[in-house]
Amino acid sequence: MNEAVLEKLKVLAESAKYDVSCSSSGTVRKNKAGSLGNTVGGMGICHSFSEDGRCISLLKIMLTNNCIYDCAYCINRRSNDIRRATLSVQELVELTISFYRRNYIEGLFLSSGVVSSPDYTMERMVRVIKELRLTHRFNGYIHMKSIPGASRELINEAGLYADRMSVNLEIATEENLKLLAPEKNHGSIFEPMRYIQQGMLQHLEDRKRMRTVPRFVPAGQSTQMIVGATSETDKDILRISSLLYKRPSMKRVYYSGFIPVNSYDKRLPALTQAPLVRENRLYQADWLMRFYQFRADEIVDDQYPDLDLQIDPKLSWALRHPEMFPVDINRADYAAILRVPGIGVKSAKLIVTSRRFGRLNASQLKKMGIVMKKAQYFITCNELPMFTVNEATPDYLRKILSQPVKQKKEDGQLAIIFPD
Amino acid sequence: MDSLPSFFRINHPLAMRVFFYDKTFEGLLSAVFDAYSRKTFPDRLLGEGSIVPLFTEESHRVDTVEEKTRRVWTALEKKISAQACNILTHAWLSEETGCDELIFRYICKNIDSTVSIEMNFGDADVLKLFQTAKRVGHEGHYLRMFVRFQKAADDIFFAPVSPRYNALPLTVDHFRDRFSDQKWIIYDVKRHYGYYYDLQRVEEITLDDDVHLLGGKLDETMMAADEKMFQELWKGYFKAMTIKERINPRLQRQHMPKRFWKYLTEKQ
Repeated sequence: MNEAVLEKLKVLAESAKYDVSCSSSGTVRKNKAGSLGNTVGGMGICHSFSEDGRCISLLKIMLTNNCIYDCAYCINRRSNDIRRATLSVQELVELTISFYRRNYIEGLFLSSGVVSSPDYTMERMVRVIKELRLTHRFNGYIHMKSIPGASRELINEAGLYADRMSVNLEIATEENLKLLAPEKNHGSIFEPMRYIQQGMLQHLEDRKRMRTVPRFVPAGQSTQMIVGATSETDKDILRISSLLYKRPSMKRVYYSGFIPVNSYDKRLPALTQAPLVRENRLYQADWLMRFYQFRADEIVDDQYPDLDLQIDPKLSWALRHPEMFPVDINRADYAAILRVPGIGVKSAKLIVTSRRFGRLNASQLKKMGIVMKKAQYFITCNELPMFTVNEATPDYLRKILSQPVKQKKEDGQLAIIFPD
Repeated sequence: MDSLPSFFRINHPLAMRVFFYDKTFEGLLSAVFDAYSRKTFPDRLLGEGSIVPLFTEESHRVDTVEEKTRRVWTALEKKISAQACNILTHAWLSEETGCDELIFRYICKNIDSTVSIEMNFGDADVLKLFQTAKRVGHEGHYLRMFVRFQKAADDIFFAPVSPRYNALPLTVDHFRDRFSDQKWIIYDVKRHYGYYYDLQRVEEITLDDDVHLLGGKLDETMMAADEKMFQELWKGYFKAMTIKERINPRLQRQHMPKRFWKYLTEKQ
């Protein structure tokens, strides 16, 4: 551990940071005598937040940022002129453990550029997590990327030590993937995904018969798609996500607004700024699918293939379906209440449990944390509203509920307004 | 005073009944016991020695007795769920003014009702107590996130903290489980107490001299030999993780409030 390691750490962190996945949830594992660490499950623990506001939960790092592939969207592509570094197994293990003991991190997120072949790379990555788990009895969270094209044997071995594994889809349609990453295809990505899922289901089945069967990727798998680098509509992206979520092992799909890491390639759009609003809207749509019982084709369809950037997808759906409203807070079922803009999962549950004790009125709803600014047009409660979405018309609501364009603050000086 | 006709109280809305107690949770439960055995319910709960408010119609001094405390708590455990009992203790740790009266009202409402009212969030007291408990629980989560250990020369991992609510006791189990093979101290600088784990058990400690900890940093002479280097490594890593194109300090502060920064290695 010295200056050289610090330099390598910086270089490899720079290379790994575009991977969005950060979660440390999904596994509950108590500490065992003589080992280090535990995992908490449920809500994971973020340990820090970098200046871009993204959480730092795991030590997200690459084993090496050398890569034989030349994917146009990736900072580590072969033709890119960046500093390259490789960490030794020993260095990486010591870093992880020392950071963990100081409560800096929740565990390790291990990724790697592909050197010589997918299997060669995968084998070295497996060696790191095996060393951590077996020699150092590290019991914290481990997320390991699976290299596209890696063999089934290596994935089966990695799954015994990792809590979560992931293969990044990166581009939602195969033709665009072919365009930007000629050496990759969807087959080489979906194959490891399938191996992970089969291993997981197999071990779950075996564990029912015998408790001593080890757990296999207990926190499931995740994947990531880049947004804004290619011509996909939100409909394409959300359709793929919803298909992925149908698989029992897929826990999260991440969306990564494309950051221009490649300024000379003509295949990529010339972006001045990453599409952050679109990324945010996609996450909102993702939440609707996972927690709000929405289907992908309800959020985006052929008529509206892209998400509305001005208003959130739930409000957008509600304005397209005024016939579903107003919803009676005191009588409607949970699923209907969940669809009201301004009411989240927690508030919907509060409403459903509380109304058994008496009818709820608007001021009680406000205190519970319901965003009445939006919700008032879509509900009736103890007092009858006069002005619901049907009276106000969706167009008018859209106008008043759109997020205001940010105005630049004047620097303390009051403006004097002269009428023209 | 009990013999006063009831219209007297109706005609004098300012007239108050006051209970004085020792400002402990046990004392609060004893106050509930006294209220029911005397059949008089206080409008205010005050600490011993505080000034008697104007228009006090009646005052009573609560003796904290273990028997009373236990009986009230057992009755509560029978009436409300374990989760609701947790909410009570969490809310108590908030140390907010008026929280004791809130808990008192919550207990009384539950005892008076035929069924538990813990799920009636339409009731202002139930909702307030729930929200207070949630804030305290979240402060505990903040501690699990933002505790930063510094390794001292004697191989003890040391972390000073100063949470907004007294949430440190909520996190002890977590840290004991996670760091079971290293000695550690987590010390609440604001409340002048902490927990020390000696590889066997956790005990509460108070340091005689904790003024030098207010800065949030261990003195370099007390650090282990490699501590400085790991701090530099972590700072370097933290800086490298930022994506320049996405800089958003407001979002950073929202997730990681500034009051924690002085204890964060990467922000020092």
